[in-house]
Amino acid sequence: MTIPSITAQDILDQAESLRPQLKEGFRDEIVKSLYSEAARISGRAVHQVGNTKWDFDQKIDRLVTSPWTGLPIMLLLLAGVFWVTIVFANIPSQMIATALFWIEDQAANLFTSIGAPWWLTGFIWHGVYRGLAWVIAVMLPPMAIFFPIFTILEDLGYLPRVAFNLDWLFKRAGAHGKQALSMAMGFGCNAAGVISTRVIDSPRERLIAILTNNFVPCNGRFPTLIMLATVFVAASFSPTVSSFIAAGAVLAVVLIGVFFTLLMSWILSRTVLKGEASAFTLELPPYRKPNFSRILYTSLIDRTIFVLWRAIKTAAPAGALIWILANININGVSLAREIANFLNPFGLLLGLDGVIMLAYIIAIPANEIVVPTMMMVYSGVGMMTEITGFGEIRALLIDGNGWTMLTAINLMLFSLLHNPCGTTIWTIYKETKSTKWTVLSVVITLGTAFLVTFITASIARLLGWV
Amino acid sequence: MTNMITSACDTCPAHTQMAQMGLKIDNFDRVVALAGNPNTGKSTVFNALTGLKQHTGNWPGKTVTRAEGGYEFQSVKYKLVDLPGTYSLLSASQDEEVARNFILFGQPDCTIVVTDATALERNLNLALQVMEITDKVVIAVNLMDEARRKGLEVDTRSLARDLGVPAIPIVARTSEGMQTLLQTVADVIEGNILTSPLRMEGNDQYQAAVRTLAAQIEHLYPAIPNARWLAIRLLDGDDRVQQAILSGEVAELVSGQQRAEAQFSKQMAVAGRQ
Repeated sequence: MTIPSITAQDILDQAESLRPQLKEGFRDEIVKSLYSEAARISGRAVHQVGNTKWDFDQKIDRLVTSPWTGLPIMLLLLAGVFWVTIVFANIPSQMIATALFWIEDQAANLFTSIGAPWWLTGFIWHGVYRGLAWVIAVMLPPMAIFFPIFTILEDLGYLPRVAFNLDWLFKRAGAHGKQALSMAMGFGCNAAGVISTRVIDSPRERLIAILTNNFVPCNGRFPTLIMLATVFVAASFSPTVSSFIAAGAVLAVVLIGVFFTLLMSWILSRTVLKGEASAFTLELPPYRKPNFSRILYTSLIDRTIFVLWRAIKTAAPAGALIWILANININGVSLAREIANFLNPFGLLLGLDGVIMLAYIIAIPANEIVVPTMMMVYSGVGMMTEITGFGEIRALLIDGNGWTMLTAINLMLFSLLHNPCGTTIWTIYKETKSTKWTVLSVVITLGTAFLVTFITASIARLLGWV
Repeated sequence: MTNMITSACDTCPAHTQMAQMGLKIDNFDRVVALAGNPNTGKSTVFNALTGLKQHTGNWPGKTVTRAEGGYEFQSVKYKLVDLPGTYSLLSASQDEEVARNFILFGQPDCTIVVTDATALERNLNLALQVMEITDKVVIAVNLMDEARRKGLEVDTRSLARDLGVPAIPIVARTSEGMQTLLQTVADVIEGNILTSPLRMEGNDQYQAAVRTLAAQIEHLYPAIPNARWLAIRLLDGDDRVQQAILSGEVAELVSGQQRAEAQFSKQMAVAGRQ
């Protein structure tokens, strides 16, 4: 017997013709039997011999996911994490700053004494080195404390509970409940948060999650927020409560970020990305004892060193660039001052100033270094103040450069809302494969940042606060 | 390697010939896939075997891309592919497609389905679906320590008997049972252990349709190992499988290029992610 040769198309046609002969829902039956079979087999293999521990986990779960206690517990936990970070990061930050700037002075003196040309000393020590020193002093201590705590929460299994608690909010905003998970990942790193949106099936909801991920501050931006909250917002309070005020300020900024995530999701799901929120099941994993050696490894090596190294790589060239700009004089005014003056009106409109705008532009590749860059511009352009701690930072900014509470608050808001860093933009492009959505992700965030800071600055001025 | 000694076998020299190879996976002899529900500790198993530090975390959906690493066991080099955790292989979300495409088109020599001993029923759904695609399956019943803590007793012998594939109790975090797992994987690949996975048969009409279609697929591609599964998916109207047959991807796989498929499967996974 010879069988006539068949082609791939024949096979598909055959499938088409066979399908109508089958009973409606035949596959559902198979899937159902899959489930009943799984139940039967596991029922035979698993026996409950005692009833330890189960209840304890469930009791905790009832507390942390209850509609009444779930959210307050979450906020307290978050505030606690910030408070611990602020209290323990403050002193090491000052010590590192003091030590590193002492080295700068000594090295510069040494260079001068052996007769090195002024521009070499300036470029290396007051440019590149100072950039690195700022980044390390401002970023390292908070990260070394914040990351391990965050990783413990993640390992314990708390993140899915956060998603569970926030699900109703995201649903109201027309977004996917799992967006709470990608948002939580964004606290670690927005690029990672964007990648983690892959768990969202619907392309519409996934795009919403991608476009709004940047509204939660990443690890790189936390040190900026913590420093501003400590040096400005909390400094006018008595020392006993100032750490609580600082933690509260950081928490408030995070909540504002969550608010904008929801608001923007809501706007997107009613305009360019119309649609209904889809249902999903989220598994609450059992609580697991964190593996401490691994936590230290992931949080210190993978995260702290990784983020710091990235910041250092951009801070060194940024420091060099600022030094050059500050030392090229046109008609007696440095180029940096020239640019800052040019940007100043726009900066003031947003409650910021020209130097901050310049620092922001220089720091676009990794915008977590905005504050260090800004500090370099201030200290490099104006007077050469001896900086030995946060008190001097405050003095430099307020007395020397006319900062107000509005400047500090608006810089926190700006750093929370402005466009994603270079890496995240690149990740968004890779994930969406679309220039349109990538550009939109920048436009949305930057637009929000401009609008919000403009509004707060206008209100503050109208009410005569500044 | 510090291993908890669970049986005499673990101290036997034959069973301790294991080396982590990290990313040195150029000249591997065998490909092993790691499948499983989210949050069952797949990445922990992966890290324990390869010595890599793939980030793990206690929440479902941590691994959304494939990670690859290598290990050597009894002088055989294995490439281990950590697939995204999924609850099923039936829907069209990206993570499920990455996992499914790899098991189907990547043709791993063996697939380890990592399951959570404390939630076995839900986990077996996926195991049964993987067993529909391939015969070479080993079930790793992970988190045995947690099950004990919760007063659960898991009878892996009964499990293996019912499923028709080996079931190995492990605690990936402490490497308990890992040697036995690797030995079993090796045995399944070499044919020392023959599996006969439990499969959902459906009614007579359905069976007949599957048989007819599978026969045609086998006729077109005589060497194809998953004809039955492809037939089921075609009857189901699965776009991705229809595409793979029309575009000749299936044909390519069968025409003796299975080894070069490491590259191919990577493309599949990338395509699946988009």
